[in-house]
Amino acid sequence: MEKKPVHITIDGRPIVAEEGQNVVEVAKANGIFIPSLCYYPHIDPPLGSCRVCTVMANGKSAAACTTLVKEGMDVVVNTDELHDWRKAVVEMMYAEGNHFCPSCEKSGDCDLQGLGYNLGVTVSRFPHLFVDHLVDYNPQRMVIEHNRCIRCRRCVEEVLTDEGERVFSFQNRGNSTEVGIDLEQEAKLTHEQAMQAMHLCPVGAILVRGQSQARPRGDRKYDHDTVVSEVPLPKITALKPHLRRKKIVATTSLAGCFGCHMSMLDIDLELLDIIELVEFNKSPLTDIKKFTKRCDVGIIEGGCCNSDNVEVLKAFRENCDVLIAIGECSIWGGLPAMRNFVPLKECLVEAYSSATNNTESKLIIPHHPDLPEILDRVYACNEVVKIDHFVPGCPPDAGHIWKTVKSVLFGEKYAITHSEFKYD
Amino acid sequence: MKTHFPDEPLRSHTLDMLWRAQDEKGYIANEDITRIASELHISEIELEGVATFYHFFHRKPAGKYRIYINNSILAEFKGLRDIVRAFEKATGAPLGGTDPSGTFGLYETPCIGMSDQEPSALINFYPFTHLSPAKVDQIIDSLRSGVGVEFLANAIEDNIRYTPESDKTILLREFVPGKALQSLARRTPEEVLSEIKESGLAGRGGAFFPTGVKWELCRKFESDCRYIICNADEGEPGTFKDRVLLNRLPGLLIEGMIVAGYAVNACRGIIYLRAEYRWLLPKIHAAIEMYEHLGWLGADTPTKEPFRFDIRVQIGAGSYVCGEETALLESLEGKRGEPRTKTFFPVEKGYLGHPTVINNVETLCAAARIMELGYERFSALGTPITRGTKLISVGGDCNRPGIFELEWGMTVAELLELCDAPDPYFIQVSGPSGQCISAWDSHRRFAGEDLLCGGALMIFDSTRDILQIIRNFTAFFKHESCGMCTPCRAGNFIFSRKLDKMARGLGSLQDITEMQQWGQIMKRTTRCGLGMTAPNPLLYALDRFPEYFEQKLDSTRTGFNRSFDLESALEDYREAVQS
Repeated sequence: MEKKPVHITIDGRPIVAEEGQNVVEVAKANGIFIPSLCYYPHIDPPLGSCRVCTVMANGKSAAACTTLVKEGMDVVVNTDELHDWRKAVVEMMYAEGNHFCPSCEKSGDCDLQGLGYNLGVTVSRFPHLFVDHLVDYNPQRMVIEHNRCIRCRRCVEEVLTDEGERVFSFQNRGNSTEVGIDLEQEAKLTHEQAMQAMHLCPVGAILVRGQSQARPRGDRKYDHDTVVSEVPLPKITALKPHLRRKKIVATTSLAGCFGCHMSMLDIDLELLDIIELVEFNKSPLTDIKKFTKRCDVGIIEGGCCNSDNVEVLKAFRENCDVLIAIGECSIWGGLPAMRNFVPLKECLVEAYSSATNNTESKLIIPHHPDLPEILDRVYACNEVVKIDHFVPGCPPDAGHIWKTVKSVLFGEKYAITHSEFKYD
Repeated sequence: MKTHFPDEPLRSHTLDMLWRAQDEKGYIANEDITRIASELHISEIELEGVATFYHFFHRKPAGKYRIYINNSILAEFKGLRDIVRAFEKATGAPLGGTDPSGTFGLYETPCIGMSDQEPSALINFYPFTHLSPAKVDQIIDSLRSGVGVEFLANAIEDNIRYTPESDKTILLREFVPGKALQSLARRTPEEVLSEIKESGLAGRGGAFFPTGVKWELCRKFESDCRYIICNADEGEPGTFKDRVLLNRLPGLLIEGMIVAGYAVNACRGIIYLRAEYRWLLPKIHAAIEMYEHLGWLGADTPTKEPFRFDIRVQIGAGSYVCGEETALLESLEGKRGEPRTKTFFPVEKGYLGHPTVINNVETLCAAARIMELGYERFSALGTPITRGTKLISVGGDCNRPGIFELEWGMTVAELLELCDAPDPYFIQVSGPSGQCISAWDSHRRFAGEDLLCGGALMIFDSTRDILQIIRNFTAFFKHESCGMCTPCRAGNFIFSRKLDKMARGLGSLQDITEMQQWGQIMKRTTRCGLGMTAPNPLLYALDRFPEYFEQKLDSTRTGFNRSFDLESALEDYREAVQS
């Protein structure tokens, strides 16, 4: 039967759709991109759980996937406000989950990661919640990594046994909601069905043992697909005379690996510019231990894992006008924050007594007045002091750090392009 | 008493099956999950998902006596913490667990609809109100000595404090069974429908959708069986008007459902009763039986056109979001109470896909009264937008908390005087999801033209801390979010963390700005009304009480985050190196 044509506009563009189609589908068919995560074409009705596809339909905000086209409907997809809302929803997912992209099997194939890049998520505006989630190794064939789950519900709706019973289901309620797996039903899935479940998951929460690195680097979904068009870079123009004073910069590495500092050195020829423009004060680069001058910019690598880190960071706040946190560790704790889910004492016992390569079994935890004391968990820099700018990456790209610092120092606008902040 | 209609699918029995298992042992054991799942032909994990959605279902032993203490803000201000301590001491059970012998289990629960008689608790779903530490000791002593909990429970007062002059009182007037139904003998369904439309009655649950329009829409969709569902899931903290109607006038509700059923040509009615009101079940069952006995239910009702209608009751299991109509439908169908994707309105595809009308208790009662008294009398009352009268549950800092039936158009000041509130300061209208007003707003009128009220008024005097009120509301939303959509699930969590920070005296102006922005984002992106209204308490309070928040902010501008406390961050390490 012929479907009735429906006339709508998307961002002012007249479009003819078919009755019964939803806005995500229609936009896609007409080359207009509406980001989505939970949407999966044949789940009917669509779930509308992730809310990433929020648009305005006839002046009201709505999820595009659950909005069916109606004659005369006016859809707005691209406004600054809508971009911000969609970005906020993705940032919430990063704040409530524990997404360690560098150690995730799905990195490069992950829809959440791809969307993060696409929407320009460099840091979550929301405080990271550090909820302890389990990794479920009970299923025979699968591993369920609850830290990564975004509760999109695709698996709940789509993964059924041949008898039609659900393998996955939501458990609990509110912020304790998680996806539970039925061990008995999981065992009934065929290999193909299990693989399908893994591919269905937009993040790396469902893994089939031994099959989780299906695609090599370079062939992954988001390796070539940049999703957004590149924005041309504004050039840093000749300096205005009043900016000619050499800017003073301080740097430090707290609970980090110095990788960000190494990355800073990678700016090659621009090092020559730096000599012209910048004077370093307290920094491992100059080996100046204490601030001797007020600084324009302080660059922080690493988060705070001990009392010394806190002291140094506070000194930076007091002595620098602007603080820039570079790298994942300074922004939300990064790899050192993996210990945040384990009580400190357990970590110390593991490190100094139980670890298999320890020869002595007696527990001695190093402590001395000269040694910094360890914090109960790793803190992001902005949990301790106010941070003005964030440069994500592990490590951030050299040019990226330099452009950011330069833009901050000289008050230039700087737009980041997709390729510049795609790191893995 | 029938629990289900003969051809309802087995899946609709899920909640009852889980209740039976729990009532037997005090919790739902693994073998119950296995057994029920196999009876329902669903996977265990799916059933587990249903059981863990509702907060009254326990998957671990929860005591022979399960004590649920109401933790609404009104209870908090009336000494909740002392009551919790008294229960802990008397029972030996810690909050959230059981005593070693497994006799008592102690839990906090959101508002149980006793705001006029706080502090209150449910023990095995029997109500106990006006609690004091001494009364708690007495109750526990009596339970230990073997007195049945049903003999210890309070009689619950209705506390009806005000009704308009007798010719203007609609709901809380004398009730003579059958009066509303007599009018059906002289009217066709179309006539009933048009009279309800003419009366101007609009949904009393808080959404104020025109009742007649809803009924008419439902009638238009072809079906062999339409459903009338009474939403008795009165979950909005501070609201207890439906409790009073159910306790006092269950017959009126039944007549309202019959009127609705006749008007939309429905064949069945279901009362979805919140588990907190399980103690009302015998009364409702008795009323249904009486109507069946009189031949008005379950037989050919003496109406002008042939009509037959049946009513059953479904008990919920603890979930605020099930008051949202599509979540309620999911729950009735034996699933997790998650709001549906709104492709269809329930009037088109509701319970089991049948056209369904879902009305609040008060709406259905009002419909019965309209048939009894004539629609002209109803529509002559109130204001042009909101006709008739409205029940308001008043609680908090006033000397006469209880139920007020007021004609739309009454000012807030008049109501405050009627309930004898000596020092009203912060007034929450329509519960946490509504809005707050200050005493300066008391000239405002309860009316569609000005201030709508779904049924609750919480009064706080100037000694109460606004932040404590907002934190309680936010904790409530965080607890009750269904967890399905990101902005509500994560947003309420993030909000509660921010408010914790403010409560520690570490909030900054930036925190306020951020919460205002994030609140707007939540409002625009969540999937259902719960998330949309969840930021309201803070947003309205910021608007009405800006001076209060200024005092709460951190005035030092060091750039140090004062919520970071080095000493407490080092405690664990110091303890570890000492041991």
